[in-house]
Amino acid sequence: MKWTDEALVAAAKTGDAGSFRKLVERHAGHVFQLAYRITGNEQDAEDAVQESFLRAYRQIGRFDGNSSFGTWLYRITANCALDVIRKRQPSADDSMRTVLSDSATPERAAMSGEIRDRMEEALGELTPVERAAFVLRHFEGMGTAEIGKTLGCEPGAAKQSVFRAVRKLRKALEPLASGVISK
Amino acid sequence: MNHLEDEQLTMLYYGEASPPPHLEECSECRERFDSLRRALSSVEMPAPERAAEYGAEVWSRIERKIEKPRRRWLVPVAAAVVLLLGGAFEAGRLYQGGRQERRRVVVPVAESGTAERILLVAVGDYLERSQIVLIELANADPNTALDISQTQDQARDLVSENRLYRQTAERTGQAGIASLLEDLERVLLEIEHAPSMMPPQELEQLRHRLRDDGILFKMRVVGANMEKL
Repeated sequence: MKWTDEALVAAAKTGDAGSFRKLVERHAGHVFQLAYRITGNEQDAEDAVQESFLRAYRQIGRFDGNSSFGTWLYRITANCALDVIRKRQPSADDSMRTVLSDSATPERAAMSGEIRDRMEEALGELTPVERAAFVLRHFEGMGTAEIGKTLGCEPGAAKQSVFRAVRKLRKALEPLASGVISK
Repeated sequence: MNHLEDEQLTMLYYGEASPPPHLEECSECRERFDSLRRALSSVEMPAPERAAEYGAEVWSRIERKIEKPRRRWLVPVAAAVVLLLGGAFEAGRLYQGGRQERRRVVVPVAESGTAERILLVAVGDYLERSQIVLIELANADPNTALDISQTQDQARDLVSENRLYRQTAERTGQAGIASLLEDLERVLLEIEHAPSMMPPQELEQLRHRLRDDGILFKMRVVGANMEKL
């Protein structure tokens, strides 16, 4: 029998670690993907994954069920990923470019060279908050109000972070997308 | 003719706005929208694949931390000591009156009994753990919102311990320590009830309060005196 997230959460709230384990097993892949997209680095993503589940376990008593467990967990993940970036070095805004250029993966290699280079360059221009806001909007489908709630800022500020990210990415990618630069 | 702003086109792309009539009428805006759509649809951020057993691996990494008992042994020990103490504490003088005024802290233990020492060690340990929580907030980046949910869990635990120690201190005439613990409890309650994602301005207010009340300084002084016992 496949338990729903709701049933597992209810059991986990009573201290049933086995139910929480099932939630970890079910969501870990997506949590890693989200953390990786925000940190741009495999090791940092793993740190964020671990911290996300530890934080979720400690806070599960406060989960009110107004959103799905997944949404609640991904909010925690976004914050953990940002915390990891901030702890990595004081001026995290300058760090992303280095991290990205060092993080060659088979998946990145599969993208054509120029697209990959431009993508990495564009992503390197984003601040951690812009990157997190963009990932939550573009890949997680969160509305800007929810992004603001997740990142602890006003909806207007979250919207501006998304706009700035889009502007930077667009500037780098539009020539490719319109065929001005050969792929 | 007022063309659509880039922000409007972005909100349109993400479905957070309805297409305005202008888009139908203006070929230039339609072209800009198409261009934005092509650019954003080409955005990829591929993540390395994780195997099917990845969730189990993550669980094995966190399991020990989750089930590890928290360091709470001092609380029942201190509670037992409270019962033993009776009125054995000699009243000590701590900084009294002026908030910023530094005075010598004396925490005499009249008969230097084991019970008193255990209690003072427990209070010293308690102040040390409380300091860590406050210092973390005092040193946080003031320009960004801070997720304090974990700190709030710690604050909640510290509040319940605080009451035990404060009541004991009051009962045994340790007015200075009781006063410090009362100030500390107020700060901890404030942290516990703050938004989990603390906005920069609230964080800044809290930092000001910590500084103005001099509570960290007082805790250091009392903690240092207890270490000497």
